Amino acid sequence: MRFAELKNYAGELRDFQLRLGIVGLLVLAAFGLLLARFVWLQVLQHDAYRAKAEENRIAVVPVAPSRGLVLDRTGEVLARNYLAYTLEIFPAQVRNLESTIAQLAEFVDIQPRDRARFRKLLQETRNAESLPIRTRLTDEEVARIAANRWRFTGVDIKARLFRQYPYGEIASHVIGYIGRITTRDLERLEEQELDANYRGSDYIGKAGIEASYQQELHGITGLERVEIDAAGRGIRALSRVPAQAGNNIGLTLDIRLQEVAERAFGERRGALVAIEPSTGGVLAFVSKPGYDPNLFVDGIDPQSWEALNNSPDHPLNNRAIAGVYPPGSTFKPYMALAALELGKRTARTTINDPGYFVFGDRRFRDSKPGGHGTVDMYKSIVMSSDVYYYMLANDLGIDAIAGFMKRFGFGTRTGIDLEGEAAGVLPSPEWKQARFSRPEQQKWYAGETISVGIGQGYNAYTPAQLAQALATLANNGDMFRPRLVSHVDNARTGERRYVEPQLVRQVQLRPEHLAVVKHAMAGVNTEGTAARAFAGAQYSSGGKTGTAQVVGMKQNEKYDETKVAEHLRDHSLYIVFAPLEGPKIALVVLVENGGFGARAAAPVARTVLDYFLLGKLPATPRKPAPVAEVRTDAASD
Amino acid sequence: MEIAGYPLRRLRARAIEGIDAPLFLLALALAAIGLATLYSASYGNASRVASQLASLAMALAAMWAVAQVPPQTLVRFALPAYVLALALLLAVALAGEVVNGARRWLSLGVLRFQPSEMMKIAMPLMLAWYFHRREGAIRLRDFALAGLLLAVPVLLVARQPDLGTALLVAAAGFYVIFLAGIGWKVLAGLAAVTLASLLPLWGLMHDYQRKRILTLLDPSTDPLGSGYHIIQSTIAVGSGGITGKGWLNGSQTHLEFIPERHTDFIFAVYSEEFGLIGNVVLLALYSLLVARGLSIAAAAPTPFTRLFAGAVTMIFFTYAFVNMGMVAGILPVVGVPLPFVSYGGTSLLTLFTGIGILMSIHRHRKLVQT
Repeated sequence: MRFAELKNYAGELRDFQLRLGIVGLLVLAAFGLLLARFVWLQVLQHDAYRAKAEENRIAVVPVAPSRGLVLDRTGEVLARNYLAYTLEIFPAQVRNLESTIAQLAEFVDIQPRDRARFRKLLQETRNAESLPIRTRLTDEEVARIAANRWRFTGVDIKARLFRQYPYGEIASHVIGYIGRITTRDLERLEEQELDANYRGSDYIGKAGIEASYQQELHGITGLERVEIDAAGRGIRALSRVPAQAGNNIGLTLDIRLQEVAERAFGERRGALVAIEPSTGGVLAFVSKPGYDPNLFVDGIDPQSWEALNNSPDHPLNNRAIAGVYPPGSTFKPYMALAALELGKRTARTTINDPGYFVFGDRRFRDSKPGGHGTVDMYKSIVMSSDVYYYMLANDLGIDAIAGFMKRFGFGTRTGIDLEGEAAGVLPSPEWKQARFSRPEQQKWYAGETISVGIGQGYNAYTPAQLAQALATLANNGDMFRPRLVSHVDNARTGERRYVEPQLVRQVQLRPEHLAVVKHAMAGVNTEGTAARAFAGAQYSSGGKTGTAQVVGMKQNEKYDETKVAEHLRDHSLYIVFAPLEGPKIALVVLVENGGFGARAAAPVARTVLDYFLLGKLPATPRKPAPVAEVRTDAASD
Repeated sequence: MEIAGYPLRRLRARAIEGIDAPLFLLALALAAIGLATLYSASYGNASRVASQLASLAMALAAMWAVAQVPPQTLVRFALPAYVLALALLLAVALAGEVVNGARRWLSLGVLRFQPSEMMKIAMPLMLAWYFHRREGAIRLRDFALAGLLLAVPVLLVARQPDLGTALLVAAAGFYVIFLAGIGWKVLAGLAAVTLASLLPLWGLMHDYQRKRILTLLDPSTDPLGSGYHIIQSTIAVGSGGITGKGWLNGSQTHLEFIPERHTDFIFAVYSEEFGLIGNVVLLALYSLLVARGLSIAAAAPTPFTRLFAGAVTMIFFTYAFVNMGMVAGILPVVGVPLPFVSYGGTSLLTLFTGIGILMSIHRHRKLVQT
């Protein structure tokens, strides 16, 4: 055995050396192959490649296409381009950036915020050929730099197309903004194999329509064959494949309506979504506060960025699709519909509302002390009885409620054509099971069903979802995907491509049940909680007020608005569609911490409807009612 | 003269102890070529050259330190290094960060780490250690096991997907298996199976991988996209001619036609400026380096040192061949630096560590096997 092993040792060593020799031959063969290739390229084909390198003095320069416009439904331009001169630095060619910038500052005005922005761009952008130190130069500044060009290397003036948003903050959360292509964007483009088409591009959509329709807006990059001198500067263009401008995006949004809606909000925070029920087209889409998208165009300076990012009002959050809120009493019409459809109530069934509902050892309060007395379905919606819905929720059970509400899109992304939509929460035992990890938290308690019945508890939906559900109700069950874009125009051919309304589903509802609920919602605006806000309206409408609790209240503790910090006050909600027959608009208004639904949100809706249906402009911006006026309405909510 | 009580002569002797002059001078010559080319590729901007010089100093220090470590110490790292690298690869597959559509990175707080890089060294180390333990009794099943040890990480890397690195890891492992004496018939069988599996592999490839191969066959199909690199680098090499355009005079380079001219495509810059003569010099330097490495392997005392020295040397060769082949347009574009020449601290550090290992093996060739 030992002898055999020894023999093996010797054999293995000999074999190893043989194999080393073979490997050595492989190296020689591979390098020989390379050498042959070098001889082929550098000796035999040298003339051809030398010619190509000469020809390479003729550079193929990508020509960035001009970005498509964004227009509203009437053709009003919401995002456009203009030509301006920028002063650019080529970082790879500059030895000392700071001293170059200091020298440049002798000829043009360079503010500290320009420098800060330049440094930020330098960090964010990989391999950028040139970066702007100053944008929008005046003619005089251009002339001064041009005359002193010889002093600088790695500095040039470029003519660039700039994006501009003429309406500023108005509709900022719809239109979004563009910004410079960062390393991260570039990686994403490479992943999608789109980087070749972005070779000449510096900007990309970052938010809103600018981001979600980036591919349409961008266009197709062209090529220009340019003769260049030894320093690589272009002398003259020889031939070109023109760039194809990006497509123009036509929105369903009406910018005038949008302006009216945003003005109606004033300085208050909140969201508004208005949908055309028969198509899903979004007529107005507000998230307040907004921001000025023009700030982002040349790279936002750190100071403005800090201000936007650290503001307690979170102006960059798109509340309409990414904010989730309990729907409060605006949930009641759907609950009533569920009761009718599932046969748990008839329109005439009455209950007694003493102002509270006892379940086990818990007392659920009605927001009206003393209650509403005898309440049928009509009155339950018009006066917004809580006890009616506590009892109804208990009778329906959570599974039936969740099953019915799911069909209206509650807790499901609407699929609106914007990025960053939240899903919200449609509470159910299954949801709770998946959401929590500790067994005692995973269990569904019957008491939790009761709060769900009045739109509180775990209920959390985006305003866009509320609007989609309302549009579906107004449209007798036909649910459309909400969308902001109505058509895409090919800028070159003028060819128009319409975005077809997309039917999500048809919720099967009995017409007589729908009639009961719509009749009650009409009552809300004529004799109920929103009667004051809709006094004298020259059109029919169906609405529902709502108040969403921000902080939970202990049993029997009375909510006193004046004693609660502003950001902990209830959210004010209002949903409305109009007119009753053949509704043209379904509208959801949410005023954060606006308190009582009838007071803050309903007047905003009235202003918007007056303009949309009658063309009536508000004389002066409506001011929010003073805080001291606490719940004087007879109706509770 | 004395420093801190030590005669200068002794200090000098201590400092160069274990440094193999031929290896050291060859690697240094390649690094010098790298610095000169880098200076040209940076348009005479010295800051990148300075940073590369700093990396070089660090790499040399690492080389010196590794050269002092006897191979017996090194062998102890084989199993832990392999297991760790494999565990990290699994972690990447399960929880890695996606960059460029590929799951390659492991995020360690601020640091992002690419475990497949670690596998490049851990793989030959592990296999050399394994065959070392089986010395004198190596059978077919040992090769089967080695094949498995190789295949699992390679498949994990290929799935990321990072075909380039997967091929390099596979090559590193394959060299060990080959040198360990895998039977010729088995090898022929494997080659046949590999060829036969190429067709279904095409079906499994990601679109971008297929596109890369198609672009290699005909770069003109995608002149703005992935074909651009190959077209421009081939022009640079070809237009260099026999004598080259001269240092700092490459028009392809200086008119910014060559992408990634500091790193993966630095050979295009070199080749344009120094021509066929320069290329022959470079090939000669790599050949001598490989020859020296293989001769160290031939003289190494134990199976572990033999196999590991052989594999490390062949990794140098593979990198050089793949990189130059890619720039010259006969191999697909994979992210492989030109060893000792390309800009990049990490790659310099790894390469000089490899040189240090070879030196250590050479220095300890007379030691009796323990």
